[in-house]
Amino acid sequence: MMADTVHTAETTAREYDIVIVGGGPAGLAAAAAAKRAGNDSILILERDHELGGILNQCIHNGFGLHTFKEELTGPEYAWRFIQQVYDLGIEYKLNTMVMDISEDRVVTAMNREDGMFQIRAKAVILAMGCRERPRGALNIPGYRPAGIFSAGTAQRLVNMEGYMPGKEVVILGSGDIGLIMARRMTLEGAKVKVVAELMPYSGGLKRNIVQCLDDFGIPLKLSHTVVDIEGKEHITAVTIAEVGPDRRPVPGTEERYTCDTLLLSCGLIPENELSKAAGVELSPVTSGPVVNESLETSIPGVFACGNVLHVHDLVDYVSEEAARAGENAVKYIQGLGEAQNEGAADPAAEARRITLIAKQGVRYTVPSTIDPEKMDDLLTVRFRVGDVYKDSYVSVYFDDERVSHMKKRIIAPGEMEQVILQKSKLTGAGIRNITIMIEKE
Amino acid sequence: MIYDVVIIGAGVTGSAVARELSRYEANVCVLEKGEDVCSGTSKANSGIVHAGYDCQVGSMMARMNVRGNELMGQLAEDLDIPFKRIGSLAVCNDKDRMNDLQALYDRGIQNGVKGLQILNREEALEIEPNLADGVVAVMYAPSAGIVCPFRLNIALAENANRNGVEFRFNTKAEALCCDEDGIWHIRTNNGEYLTRTVVNAAGVYADVFHNMVSEKKIHITARRGDYCLLDKTVGNFVRHTVFQLPTKYGKGILVSPTVHGNVLVGPTAFDIEDKEATATTAEGIDDLTAKAALSMKNIPMRQVITSFAGLRAHEDGHEFILGEVADAPGFYDCAGIESPGLTSCPAIGEYTSGLIRDALGLKNKENWIGTEKDVLDPSALSIEERNELIRKEPAYGTIICRCESISEGEILDAIRRPLGARSLDGVKRRTRAGMGRCQAGFCSPRVMEILQRELGLPMEEITKSGGRSTIVSSRTKEDA
Repeated sequence: MMADTVHTAETTAREYDIVIVGGGPAGLAAAAAAKRAGNDSILILERDHELGGILNQCIHNGFGLHTFKEELTGPEYAWRFIQQVYDLGIEYKLNTMVMDISEDRVVTAMNREDGMFQIRAKAVILAMGCRERPRGALNIPGYRPAGIFSAGTAQRLVNMEGYMPGKEVVILGSGDIGLIMARRMTLEGAKVKVVAELMPYSGGLKRNIVQCLDDFGIPLKLSHTVVDIEGKEHITAVTIAEVGPDRRPVPGTEERYTCDTLLLSCGLIPENELSKAAGVELSPVTSGPVVNESLETSIPGVFACGNVLHVHDLVDYVSEEAARAGENAVKYIQGLGEAQNEGAADPAAEARRITLIAKQGVRYTVPSTIDPEKMDDLLTVRFRVGDVYKDSYVSVYFDDERVSHMKKRIIAPGEMEQVILQKSKLTGAGIRNITIMIEKE
Repeated sequence: MIYDVVIIGAGVTGSAVARELSRYEANVCVLEKGEDVCSGTSKANSGIVHAGYDCQVGSMMARMNVRGNELMGQLAEDLDIPFKRIGSLAVCNDKDRMNDLQALYDRGIQNGVKGLQILNREEALEIEPNLADGVVAVMYAPSAGIVCPFRLNIALAENANRNGVEFRFNTKAEALCCDEDGIWHIRTNNGEYLTRTVVNAAGVYADVFHNMVSEKKIHITARRGDYCLLDKTVGNFVRHTVFQLPTKYGKGILVSPTVHGNVLVGPTAFDIEDKEATATTAEGIDDLTAKAALSMKNIPMRQVITSFAGLRAHEDGHEFILGEVADAPGFYDCAGIESPGLTSCPAIGEYTSGLIRDALGLKNKENWIGTEKDVLDPSALSIEERNELIRKEPAYGTIICRCESISEGEILDAIRRPLGARSLDGVKRRTRAGMGRCQAGFCSPRVMEILQRELGLPMEEITKSGGRSTIVSSRTKEDA
């Protein structure tokens, strides 16, 4: 259904207003929004052989409830945006790897047809997505045999390549992809024996625990981890054990499971090697760029959206965020024409800037700063908490004054939270800091 | 057919001996139980080219280490092996152990190590800023270096093969004996091999073969070492190979850059009975984390991308056992090759092949070719050169491993070259595809597809590292 060749009006063109790095849900939505905002010089660079990104392997449904008010599969959801890109005549290059982004927005990329080439962009939108935390980074003791996969790799093998990793499965980590794969592998005839989660709470959405584990009778063992992997050539068994509050295994709680497959779903890491090399400031909490209200990074004209910015639970929010990044990139380029050097170096803007502070259970906020002049009338601030909070309040403080106090029955790390700020309340109010925190009462 | 030499083991020692023997007119064959070269002890080590100061004065180990270090520069150039002479530091954390540091210095001088210096803390910090607060002094050895252990092993084997040495993979030597005519019979899972001489380069199993033929028994303990490898983003954390003062278990935990820009922390030292037990343990990783902190401060252990364990072939006398076995004429040991074995391998090759050349009266080969080229590294090319390459070979324009920026062209080269890759690990060790921060999460399905195409095998037979290490079990919706 998608073109598999390079699709550009003129491959020798080496200047674009907007270069979008990544043709997944974030890049597609950013491109469509930028085009609709009036920019005609947009190029998407995608490393895979089709647009759509990771959605192409997410063949389960549940996508698009917020955006389209219907339940779509991943490829269907992606297709809605790919179609927009086609219809809007936005240029893209497939099988194209971005090798470097310079601080002055020269993008170096490579593919078979064009070789290595450079594009000077007025604005760059980072939309590279994220990767899974591999086994090595988890320091799981034991052998290193075949049969250990990150859940997303297994998902690609099963859903796109049509191969089964194995028939007896243990899953470590309860991230959403792991939960989805528990169901997928079960439907494909495998026996999923257990899902072990190091933390006392799941890293995934509640609805996935119900629909992917509970409905299939797959046990979820919270506060458990893998303490040994057996099998020199191919995995034959794993041992899991309970962990104490220090997350260290409790001796005597070991249970051995024979298996031929171990799937890991232990966290996603925004892929910011290019951003980092370009000099974009990254948050140590999200591993994504630090951005302002316009989703602009520390480098003027470089924007970020989607999972490269912070890992999302729902693609709907990715699309919405990415559209804002696309619109803001267009605004930025328009601004370049009107006033030279507006932005970071502008002392008036400096004076207006509000810093968002995440504390008391709130791990981070996106964005990190707000210029009330530049924000939309309503600005969604997204964040995650570091623990499970029951019957607690999400509080928002403008400097020392509490302006919002929302009761929530449950707030969990696996579900992204948000507060909405109104431009009218921030403009000219002289606010220095906005603090978001969790309060018991 | 009767070979002149059969070498047991295609690790770095066996391959070095094979490469040196390939200079002569002789029929040489290497038997390897794994599916590839470099699949035992040689694949999991520190990749350090040691200066040679800590070996016992007058030992074979000291001699081979210093000579190996001397030979490494030229060898690396000839065989296109990544090698950097970055120097090493041995740190002293205790004012009361300054005598030990001095003793190490003196031993180094006696071993013929050049350029050694003892530096006080301030001097040391100038060249290595992240040394731990407790470090009081260091010994600097400028001749130490780092090398890619995979490429070293693979290049030696490739070069031997280019010059006529045969390699038999998945071929495990099981028993051997010598007949009345002085011909050695080696029984393997793939038939019997006859040879005039045998080189025992069997790593942790070298004692097993030695003890089959000699009354003078030796004993090799598998000494496990756990390592952690850190991401390239923290590659500038350390500039030299930083050792601790040696103990009876070896050179202690080192912190070192790798030749590819990662940081390596390890190894631990646990003596074990099982010669296959390359499993890491939680204790091991904890132990190395704690001990490494004695040399370097604030090691970014959050950036660990993988941990692994290797086995050193530790001989009870902590000495290399080289040369013809007295009561087994024609049987040559390369046993007890633990650290500094990697450094020493060019010297062990030179020494062992010299003995065999003299014993068999081998003549120089006229058309011996002493050079090899590594899998082409396009990142070393200019944009123009790279585009020329992509025009000729478009596969160099498709990136398969995004973390290490490895193209399809490089992977095809790794598979198609002599003794080419047959598995994901084989591709990884030749190209680094899959060796980066995502640890093959993204590229393994694509590398599998390339292997399948090139080798003409079904996906179900593509392996991680040969044997039973298959990656997928069946098509979906099919019974296994």
